[in-house]
Amino acid sequence: MTTTTLAVLVPLLPFLGAAAGLLLGRTAPGFVRPLAVLPTLAAAVIAAVVAARQGGGRAIDAATQLTPTGSVPIDLALHLDGFAVLVALLVGLVATCVQLYSTAYLRDDPRYPSYAALVSLFTSAMLLVVYSGDLMVLLVGWEVMGICSYFLVGHYWETPEARAASLKAFLVTKLGDVPFLIGLFALAADTGTFRITGILGAVANGGLDHPTLIALLLLAGVAGKSAQFPLHTWLPDAMAGPTPVSALIHAATMVAAGIYFVARLLPVFAASGAALVVLAVMAAVTMIGSGLAALAQDDIKRVLAYSTIGQLGYMAGALAVADRGAAVFHLISHGAFKAVLFLAAGVVIHAAGTNSLATMSRMGGLAKRVPDAYWTMTVALLALAAIPPFAGFFSKEAVLVAAEHAALGDRDVAPAAAGWTILVAGLLAAVLTAAYATRLWLLAFRGHGAEAPDHGRQPAAMTSVLWVLALPTIGFGLTAGVLTDWFDGHSLTPTVTAAVLSTGVGLVGGLVTYGAWRHTTALAARTPVGMVVAHPDAEPALVEIEALTAHRAAYGTTGDAPDPADPGRLLLGPLHHHAATGFHLDALYTTLFVRPVEAAARLVRFLDREVVDTYVRGSGTGARWLGTAVRRAQTGNVQTYLGALLAGSLVLAIAAVVSANVNAGS
Amino acid sequence: MTLAAAAAHPGFLSPTGVEIAFLLVGLATFGAAVITVTTKQLVHAALWLVVALGGIAVEYLLLTAEFIAWVQVLIYVGSVVVLLLFGLMLTKAPIGRSPDADSGNRWVAAAVAVTAATALVWVVVDAFRTTWIDLEGPAQGSTDATGEFLFRHWVLPFEALSVLLLAALIGAIVLSRKDRAGTSHREDKR
Amino acid sequence: MHLAYPTVLAALLFCTGLYGVLARRNAILVLMSVELMLNAVNLNLVAFDVWLRDALHSGQALTLFTIAIAAAEIGIGMAIVLAVYRNRGSSDVDRLRDTAETEAAETLPGDEDTHDAEDQATAPAGKAKKAEATA
Repeated sequence: MTTTTLAVLVPLLPFLGAAAGLLLGRTAPGFVRPLAVLPTLAAAVIAAVVAARQGGGRAIDAATQLTPTGSVPIDLALHLDGFAVLVALLVGLVATCVQLYSTAYLRDDPRYPSYAALVSLFTSAMLLVVYSGDLMVLLVGWEVMGICSYFLVGHYWETPEARAASLKAFLVTKLGDVPFLIGLFALAADTGTFRITGILGAVANGGLDHPTLIALLLLAGVAGKSAQFPLHTWLPDAMAGPTPVSALIHAATMVAAGIYFVARLLPVFAASGAALVVLAVMAAVTMIGSGLAALAQDDIKRVLAYSTIGQLGYMAGALAVADRGAAVFHLISHGAFKAVLFLAAGVVIHAAGTNSLATMSRMGGLAKRVPDAYWTMTVALLALAAIPPFAGFFSKEAVLVAAEHAALGDRDVAPAAAGWTILVAGLLAAVLTAAYATRLWLLAFRGHGAEAPDHGRQPAAMTSVLWVLALPTIGFGLTAGVLTDWFDGHSLTPTVTAAVLSTGVGLVGGLVTYGAWRHTTALAARTPVGMVVAHPDAEPALVEIEALTAHRAAYGTTGDAPDPADPGRLLLGPLHHHAATGFHLDALYTTLFVRPVEAAARLVRFLDREVVDTYVRGSGTGARWLGTAVRRAQTGNVQTYLGALLAGSLVLAIAAVVSANVNAGS
Repeated sequence: MTLAAAAAHPGFLSPTGVEIAFLLVGLATFGAAVITVTTKQLVHAALWLVVALGGIAVEYLLLTAEFIAWVQVLIYVGSVVVLLLFGLMLTKAPIGRSPDADSGNRWVAAAVAVTAATALVWVVVDAFRTTWIDLEGPAQGSTDATGEFLFRHWVLPFEALSVLLLAALIGAIVLSRKDRAGTSHREDKR
Repeated sequence: MHLAYPTVLAALLFCTGLYGVLARRNAILVLMSVELMLNAVNLNLVAFDVWLRDALHSGQALTLFTIAIAAAEIGIGMAIVLAVYRNRGSSDVDRLRDTAETEAAETLPGDEDTHDAEDQATAPAGKAKKAEATA
């Protein structure tokens, strides 16, 4: 089979798996698990074959037109370059791991068939986005991902948190998607095509009339999808979904779609310096803000969610300095280690029976209960904190090096201002990243207190995929030298200055956090804080959702806990309260948008009920009254009828005669 | 009929003898008709109807339609009125004044009738102010002439009319039959 | 002769008959009024026939037909009046109000079957009383 055929199979197989899973889910429960895992696995393998065949060489383009679509043709097009095949490989790998993990994680869930089918559908849509060479086809995958995300976040729709979170995720991403769609149309109007190759060719020839406008419109959609400030608020709340969903969608793949989209169309964005500066500022604010917020969260998954936002900020920063190689490099390595972190967090939550770090910090020997999760999480946290030689170190170095180049003017694609912004913010965020990674590790695995309860060994399906994903976490960074050929050709290897600088600040962040933790450990023993679920032996998913509900019940919020022994509280000082609530952005949005919209809705309701309905009811009442009046005329007396009839015809006759006379007279 | 010369400028102020006769008989007819529809005594109404119909017969004569005049007398005065009188008796109509001979909406009826009369008279007078009927020559409605046109030109409708009369005859018999079998059947059903 | 005389007389007779049809209560008197109207039309037909000197004498022929049809009509009408009188004990037009819109008419038509024969006879009378009270 040709590479093109194989590439077509990659998105198609999970789609067929999803369709079959939805059809057979109720009638043949035995087939659900194979149908969930096998197509995804096959897609991953084929993606690997495609990647091997493409081999970082010339981009493979193939297109077919199903039907004429008017002035701007829409093609079913493939565009396979180094970025596409590697990201597809990552998606396939993570999706396979997540599907395997889910078989154990949701083993008793009655809605598992639809869940697995939605994950498959999501995988298919993501692969479509990755491979597509046509923006309209890409948009189809983009929107399918959005709706899958909505359904999967709302998987536990019985809980109000999940309902609210799924709605919020959907609405906020849609808020970005509207300008995104307009941007796509504007882009097509300027270049006359939806094909990526055609657009890039047009941009290279200077065929773009409104680069800044288009880039900013597209950036809105990217910010929504990739959870960049100011549209990032949906992502922490989306942690109300099952952990594997968080790992796949809200850490490794879907949120990266925005980054990937910008990477594909980078020349369009690079055509506008203003757009790059906006992107840089957006990325910088996102990085630092999310780092601070992550340091204050109590829910382990919310820490990881804010961390994801921050790492996406790094990728956006790399794009802001016009180095898509670094961005996609970080995307892939982040996808690997963040998937490990989330999946391991799922194991930890199940073992500890709680999602609260404050509770875990009062629980001794949790690491011994879940050794697989402990070790893989340690590795992944080291990668997150950018400690060599793990993957995160190399990819983050690549970003910082790109920023340094832009700042010092070595490469003049991006404005120097964007370079400086990213460099400074990136180093600051590196400190914060190391700090919250250390805090997470210390609180989760170095707790003191009563022994952690023993719930037996974790399922092999859950622990084995951790190790599978730990491999790229450890080793992917070492391929930086090879990857250069697959990407744009910019060097991705770290420079000595940047390496020393970033590792240094990372170590500083980690050590300061360690010091703070040593300081607060004594306090922790004196202030008992705790919250453990009632049914720790249930399936992991149930434990998680129970923990989420219990957290809110115990502490009042989903993110914060009144734990004076938290090192994050000591480090952040007065900032802690604001950081824990995500710097009150939700409250701000509530005041700015939700309340006015609700007021408008109330107004519309009032208008509809009291004003419009008055007319509707009035017409009904009027007809009824008229009917009553007419009924009174129905006396049954023939003479009355005849009299009325004759009087009427008389009036008509007289009118006819008079008008005839008047007309004749005039 | 000697006023052929005056026909060039005829007017209401110089009526001929026929006109005077027509007018007087017409007034009598109209008066009888009005009494017919207003009298409180039902039997009197039928009798005044005889006067009105007879007056119309005279008008036919004055219009030289002799045959129709006699038919009018024969059928209307001779049979229809008799039939109506029978009907009054069969329905046990009260002899003498009955106070409720007119229904409640008589004022509406009067208004409609007066308006209609005004409109019609106005239109008719307006239309036929200067139109004259020439009654000279042979009578147009003599029995001779009538027989000729009736059986020369109107034979088919005439025969059709006989079928209609037969149908009416049967219908009247069916309607007025005492429906004993039907009544008993209905009571059985109850 | 002036054509206005017979036509005006016909118009007046017709309107008299109209009044009678609308105002008379007894069905037989209504029939008499109908006869008046028919005669008014006949008078018109004859007058126009004489005036126009029609070769076919359509007016007179139609008058004859009308007279015949009027005779048939009076026969049928009388039969109907008599049948109504036998059934209802009255031939008053304004008491035959079975088609009146009443409160009871809002219920299903099948409910009527439950009424007795007496009810059917008295119900229109009751309605008539009501109508008289309102008139």
